[in-house]
Amino acid sequence: MKVLVPVKRVIDYNVKARVKADNTDVDLTNVKMAMNPFCEIAVEEAVRLKEKGTATEIVVVSIGSKSCHEQLRTALALGADRAIHIDTELNLGSLQVAKLLSKVVEEEQPELVILGKQSIDADNNQTGQMLAALTNRPQGTFASEVVVEDNKVAVTREVDGGLQTVSLNLPAIVTTDLRLNEPRYASLPNIMKAKRKPLDVKVAADMGLELSSKINLLKVEEPSQREGGVMVESVDELLEKLRNEAKVIA
Amino acid sequence: MITLLVAEHDNSELKLDTHKAVDAITKMGGDIHVLVAGAGCQSVAEHAAKLQGVSKVLVADHDLLAHGLAENLAPLVVDLADDYSHIVAPATTTGKNFMPRVAAALDVEQISDIIEVVSSDTFKRPIYAGNAIATVQSEYAKKVITVRTAAFDKVSETGSAEIVSLEAVADAGISNFVKQELTESERPELTAAGVVISGGRGMQNGDNFTLLEGIADKLGAAVGASRAAVDAGFVPNDMQVGQTGKIVAPDLYIAVGISGAIQHLAGMKDSKVIVAINKDPEAPIFQVADYGLEADLFEALPELETKL
Ligand SMILES: Cc1cc2nc3c(=O)[nH]c(=O)nc-3n(C[C@H](O)[C@H](O)[C@H](O)COP(=O)(O)OP(=O)(O)OC[C@H]3O[C@@H](n4cnc5c(N)ncnc54)[C@H](O)[C@@H]3O)c2cc1C
Repeated sequence: MKVLVPVKRVIDYNVKARVKADNTDVDLTNVKMAMNPFCEIAVEEAVRLKEKGTATEIVVVSIGSKSCHEQLRTALALGADRAIHIDTELNLGSLQVAKLLSKVVEEEQPELVILGKQSIDADNNQTGQMLAALTNRPQGTFASEVVVEDNKVAVTREVDGGLQTVSLNLPAIVTTDLRLNEPRYASLPNIMKAKRKPLDVKVAADMGLELSSKINLLKVEEPSQREGGVMVESVDELLEKLRNEAKVIA
Repeated sequence: MITLLVAEHDNSELKLDTHKAVDAITKMGGDIHVLVAGAGCQSVAEHAAKLQGVSKVLVADHDLLAHGLAENLAPLVVDLADDYSHIVAPATTTGKNFMPRVAAALDVEQISDIIEVVSSDTFKRPIYAGNAIATVQSEYAKKVITVRTAAFDKVSETGSAEIVSLEAVADAGISNFVKQELTESERPELTAAGVVISGGRGMQNGDNFTLLEGIADKLGAAVGASRAAVDAGFVPNDMQVGQTGKIVAPDLYIAVGISGAIQHLAGMKDSKVIVAINKDPEAPIFQVADYGLEADLFEALPELETKL
């Protein structure tokens, strides 16, 4: 079974994003970048499927500028077999990304596509579901367990009320949640080996798709900051403040 | 201009997320229709018909829709889309699951998690774990939107909309519901509670969450958790508050043994009053807390419970 894993280069999750002074966007100059944490979980899941003998080949794909080779090499070091870079300088929305990925799906015909449920920059939580719609495949979103059996995949999903398990016909699309697995670190020998694994480059503009967005980013602002509070000395003082000052408890 | 809102419910109860989404849509202007899609969901439709501002409720009552499978629900919404300028759902795990499938089928870019309506085509939404707020404008004739319900108020139940039943629903035939394990609780739901008390890694284990539950019961509060507490298996996933869990904005949020990582703050920093109990005076949670108590939680919580 072939598994396709799209990965995204994003701001490192430990870094707090800062808004540009002119309010046009977030300032990413000289900011530490990394693979989106949910994509790391997706790569890990694919690698585990390969270790179990379920997956035979893992293809990773990333869309963006050449700098995303770094994240593709990381994925290769973690166990992916080959990588595809779809080159574009455009800041694409989820729909355009899903359209590009659907072209890759058409070409590669993976039985399973595993994506992160959301990227921690735009926080859209859309791409996997859109790819499922465009390829007319079933979707198992927010997965905390993925079990492949025969021509189906059972996906346990983290939902607001608890957990839901669905059974999807393959080929299918899965998006990862935090509890699916704990990603490994790449070993030094594997990082060296990854440098020799194949990495193909395609140009997004040559893929025959309309890539311009009809969502205009008008402004990016700092959120309203909370006023600094006070430290209380005791439980008694805390209760006194909550009752008489904040008036949030009786 | 007519908006179709897809209701959040569990076939027996209409969720407050729906009431709050109606508030958001009211700010966009125009008529509001609500779709109740489920199985045995007639009483939910009757409830939805009372929401102030709603003029029509469409009911699709069919076994295939019992569990909100996106493969069956999305085509139903897409079929109705012609009549509507806006298609909206609350940004619950249900809405997050099926709405992008609707959007892509309509060849529209979705706007996720709006927290403010600027006009009928312009909205504010948090990005980068809420460290920035983007104002975005959609040029599409049809807008597909999910609403972060914590940012809106619930509308009253003083209306009386007409209820219309929809005919046949098709089975996409590519997915099946297997089972669900829902967390049973007598306490209010996290996203609906006026008071939330959450525990983090500092709680040390799941049993110690009883220390929070005693207080929750006295305050009529819901109990939440940080990702670390969920990952460690102290409590189930549906209790996670944060960027990638539930977003809450209660009148009072009490964070206990939680350090205050940006991902956690993203889920609770719009609460009216924040209390933090932590033994580390440097914990970042104190920077957003209105009242901070530097204390060992194992001493502070029992004392708090007795004195409430
Ligand atoms: C992609 C991604 C998504 C994430 N999404 C979320 C999310 O949605 N929600 C979320 O919460 N996190 C999320 N996280 C994780 C987040 O980065 C933090 O790791 C997490 O919030 C830490 O949880 P914590 O505060 O309970 O644990 P810690 O950071 O370990 O803090 C424990 C705190 O308990 C205090 N403590 C310990 N013992 C006591 C005691 N006896 N009395 C009083 N205080 C005590 C300590 O001083 C410390 O401040 C996400 C991370 C990533 C990478």
